[in-house]
Amino acid sequence: MIDITKIRKDFPILNREVNGKPLVYFDNAATSQTPQQVIDVIVDYYSSYNANIHRGVHALSQEATDKYEQARITIQKHFNIAKSHEVIFTSGTTHSINMVANGFGAFLSAGDEIIVSALEHHSNIVPWQMLCERTGAVLKVIPMNLEGELVIDTYKELLSNKTKLVFCNHVSNALGTVNPVEIIIKEAHKVGAAVLIDGAQAAPHIKADMQALDVDFYTVSAHKVCGPTGAGMLYGKEEWLKKLPPYQGGGEMIAEVTFEKTTYANLPHKFEAGTPNICGGIAFAAALDYMNAIGFKDIATYEEELLEYATEKLLTIDGLKIYGTSTNKTAVISFNIEGLHPYDIGSILDKLGIAVRTGHHCAQPIMDFYKIPGTVRASFSFYNTKEEIDVMVAGVERARNMLM
Amino acid sequence: MTIDKIQEEIIDEFSMFDDWMQRYEYMIDLGKSLPLIEEEFKTNDYIIKGCQSKVWVHAKLQEDKLVFTADSDAIITKGIIAILIRAFSNQKPQDIIDANTNFIDEIGLKEHLSPTRANGLVSMIKQIKLYAVAYQTQLK
Repeated sequence: MIDITKIRKDFPILNREVNGKPLVYFDNAATSQTPQQVIDVIVDYYSSYNANIHRGVHALSQEATDKYEQARITIQKHFNIAKSHEVIFTSGTTHSINMVANGFGAFLSAGDEIIVSALEHHSNIVPWQMLCERTGAVLKVIPMNLEGELVIDTYKELLSNKTKLVFCNHVSNALGTVNPVEIIIKEAHKVGAAVLIDGAQAAPHIKADMQALDVDFYTVSAHKVCGPTGAGMLYGKEEWLKKLPPYQGGGEMIAEVTFEKTTYANLPHKFEAGTPNICGGIAFAAALDYMNAIGFKDIATYEEELLEYATEKLLTIDGLKIYGTSTNKTAVISFNIEGLHPYDIGSILDKLGIAVRTGHHCAQPIMDFYKIPGTVRASFSFYNTKEEIDVMVAGVERARNMLM
Repeated sequence: MTIDKIQEEIIDEFSMFDDWMQRYEYMIDLGKSLPLIEEEFKTNDYIIKGCQSKVWVHAKLQEDKLVFTADSDAIITKGIIAILIRAFSNQKPQDIIDANTNFIDEIGLKEHLSPTRANGLVSMIKQIKLYAVAYQTQLK
């Protein structure tokens, strides 16, 4: 059982008011809030040991390097990764995905196939389209059904020896559907294809085990797990990371440089050119520590309770429809009210101090599938409460009355 | 009536509202009463980018004055358009070009709108001014 009163005290932002009303923050799928424990780590870094890493002989540089490498090990343990050099620090999921998409061109030729899911964040579709344009590979899409779940039978039919890479999110950002990544990975491996799973939306709710999943690449953004923006990770199996060409050239990623030839540094440095977000990496690990201290099992149980409560309450509102009705989803509710634009509802909720996301959630193909301009999305975190859900439900009712 | 006079009128009307709720209710009413754009103009050619909701604006010259019609799929956005049309429609292109738009701040719209929508509002004004510039050239 989680102690919600104690947890809420950890998040200073939850005390603030918006438009004269206490903030109700239900935009956690966009970014999570930061607990004081993580803020302290950030402040401590800049107040006590800010230095460039891996190159200075002086004490501060050594201290910063130790903390940064310790952070890598914390992340490694959290995701049950076999080797610490399989953890590549990145600026976040988009950076991680582009790293793989960019390097993977080396393994593709015209006619090869890449499979992506219909539930993707559309910005995540772009790197694969660019890769296909560059290599002549063909992009195939795993379709979705009305519940917002991937159609796995069709996926199996799409797979062939032409398939070189499968890309799919672990959890859909727009609908909250938890995708059956275990099956997706297993089936892809049967035809020899590599799999990249975008774990951005899963990481705050599910502690993914890289070795159990046997996934080839996995991406996470720190700011979705109570960490800072601009930090994240790319997990890659050693065998893949060794083969994958480096993404950027620069300092830190080289072993030897002459004008004739450069040899690349070993993993993970081959993919970490230039001065990284040192503080961000350290705070990322601190955020995982914070969440682990509460416990992912308890977090999942509590969020499930919030999801059930909110679903039940929202459905009492006349004309309200929920999109994404899979039985296996995280605490995300995407909804509309018949005859009303999600934007109008969101605008009124904002006036009431309630932060939700409105629009297509960067998942335009999903909105096209449902033939809607967008949805109102409320996404919950372990620091939210049922009382806050009551405030939102009353707000949605009020918006409905004003707009109808 | 001049654009300045109309804007003063709008500012007066909004000053009577005590809180955001009344302001929004008024905008929603305005939105509901907005004369719709003809269906043939609800195409991508007339759409304004920078709005989370869809906005279409069409302009045509009637004698020496520019007449705007517009629509949106979101009602509050429609209310904002209704205010803009009231201020700028049926005016000479040169007057629209010269008009200042400070009244938006004064009626608390810009301040109360989210950044995405504030951008939409800016885009709408820009589009209205662009039409005016285009027709002004035509008049010459």
